[in-house]
Amino acid sequence: MSAIIGHFKRRYGANPLHLVAHVIAFAIAAYAIVQLLGEKHWVNFLGWFLAAALLHDLVLLPAYSILDRVAHAVSRRLHVRLPGSDPRDPAHVPLINHVRAPALISGVLLLIYFPLILGPAAPGYFSATGHHPSGYLRNWLLITLALSAASAVIYAARVWAVRSRRSSSPA
Amino acid sequence: MTATTIERLRARLEQPPPGPFRPDFWRSPLRGPWLTSVLGSLLLPLIVVMALTGLISHDAYHPELRGNAIIAPAHDIGVLIQFATSGPGWIYALTQGLHVTVGLITIPLLLAKLWSVIPKLFQWPAVRSVANAIERLSLLLLVGGALFEFTTGVLNIQDYYPWHFNFVVAHYWGAWVFFAAFVVHVVVKMPVVVRSYRARGILKPLREDLRHTRPEPATEDDGLVPLAPAAPTISRRGLLGLVGGTSLTVLALNIGESVGGPLRRLALLGPRGRVFGTGPNDFQVNRTVASAGIMPGVIGADWRLAVSYAGGSAVSLSRAQLMAMPQHTHSLQIACVEGWSTTQRWTGVRVSDLAALVGAPAGSTVNVQSVQPSGLFRAATLSSEQVRDERALLALCVNGVNLSHDHGYPARVIAPGLPGVHCTKWVGSMTFERA
Repeated sequence: MSAIIGHFKRRYGANPLHLVAHVIAFAIAAYAIVQLLGEKHWVNFLGWFLAAALLHDLVLLPAYSILDRVAHAVSRRLHVRLPGSDPRDPAHVPLINHVRAPALISGVLLLIYFPLILGPAAPGYFSATGHHPSGYLRNWLLITLALSAASAVIYAARVWAVRSRRSSSPA
Repeated sequence: MTATTIERLRARLEQPPPGPFRPDFWRSPLRGPWLTSVLGSLLLPLIVVMALTGLISHDAYHPELRGNAIIAPAHDIGVLIQFATSGPGWIYALTQGLHVTVGLITIPLLLAKLWSVIPKLFQWPAVRSVANAIERLSLLLLVGGALFEFTTGVLNIQDYYPWHFNFVVAHYWGAWVFFAAFVVHVVVKMPVVVRSYRARGILKPLREDLRHTRPEPATEDDGLVPLAPAAPTISRRGLLGLVGGTSLTVLALNIGESVGGPLRRLALLGPRGRVFGTGPNDFQVNRTVASAGIMPGVIGADWRLAVSYAGGSAVSLSRAQLMAMPQHTHSLQIACVEGWSTTQRWTGVRVSDLAALVGAPAGSTVNVQSVQPSGLFRAATLSSEQVRDERALLALCVNGVNLSHDHGYPARVIAPGLPGVHCTKWVGSMTFERA
């Protein structure tokens, strides 16, 4: 028996249970997809399904990675003369994370609520609620501003703490 | 083709193409099985909550009753799972509020999880074994399914439908695709999670500050730990803090539309976080009288409610006659499938009193039709438990005044635990039927 399993593992690349679990999952997924294929606009569904994965993996993720690189390069330039800027310094205060935090939160909020912030949801929103989605852009900008200000204040406080610790220590 | 050409081609294929396929392309020192395990462990309960509350919502629509099903019942596997039908009045506000809120706060975690495993998308060779090919196909269903479910759900709560398919049908069957792939992913990856927790401790790496942040020790099968790591710019706890902080911000900016009260004003980005005034009818509306296409004459003085029992008697009632019947007042929620809810004090006639009026026996269901000319939710059938519930009302007034036109004047249904769109507005007829 163990010889058979060993042979299977070599040919297949994993434990037989791996295959069994996947066959069950594929059966359920195939059933669900077949139900959708019976619907009108199933091509549109498949398009959205694949586009969701492709847009994330090949557009969104590379885009924010590049933005992060740019922010990193800029922040390294910017705080060259600030105390604690040397990464080898034990009291190093990295500016980059004080840029990342507000940018990440603000970016995720825009990603989630862009239909209301930028307005494409307006017709549907109006027919459901009886109101235009006004104020979302303003709220998002204010939240972004508040997060950036809070992050800057925390950065300043950390730098100040490093500086006062340094001036109070004899070394 | 000569043998040497084939040999050369094979040698060429074994070399990864330039860019993300090269193992030294991905440089973040934080990536590794421990980080992915932590993110996966956090996602697991959240996704289970979403799956359960999604099925509860499906069940709360009572697809087994006449005209309620949006998914063809003969093919629906969800009806095999039944939940208790009775519960507190706010049960649907709770479960659906959870479905949407948990979904929203999961988004930062999901993005982080996908970031943590992105090198695997570009693994080379693209397929290592039959098992690897099968697993990669299941990952297409997992990632495609997750992103499809989150995208359609997020756009739906903002009343934005930039697609042609039916949202309910696609979100429902898409969830089965996603969940099937999710369960098998959890099963297959559980040993990897256990191994990395055993090797590094569940929480121990969180003690490391930036200066002590090192790449995880590479193991032969992970494909996540970078071969050429860059210097760290953030600690692992810093990364998890950023992700958690983003989730908490989303929570703070949306939860008010589900909890209501003074918190609603804090829902600065919540689609239903608006407060329009302090009047008795100023709470949130779903589908205005204008967008429902109802002509004013249809709900004017000539409006009559047709109440009947199939095979029994039928009556036609004016609003004055309904007002003359015994009135009852209950605080009940409008709880929308989009996750928002609002509690108001409704006054009207008990649905069970209307059943008695036409001689419908106990245990009858009722099919409620709106005068609304068209629309997916112009009619709904209430279960026998809902008809029997003394808090189930045909409401005529809210907060002590007549219903406004947008809230369903002359009369609307309101009942405990009933999804918002089944609280039919502008009711024209109620047909009691033997269950």
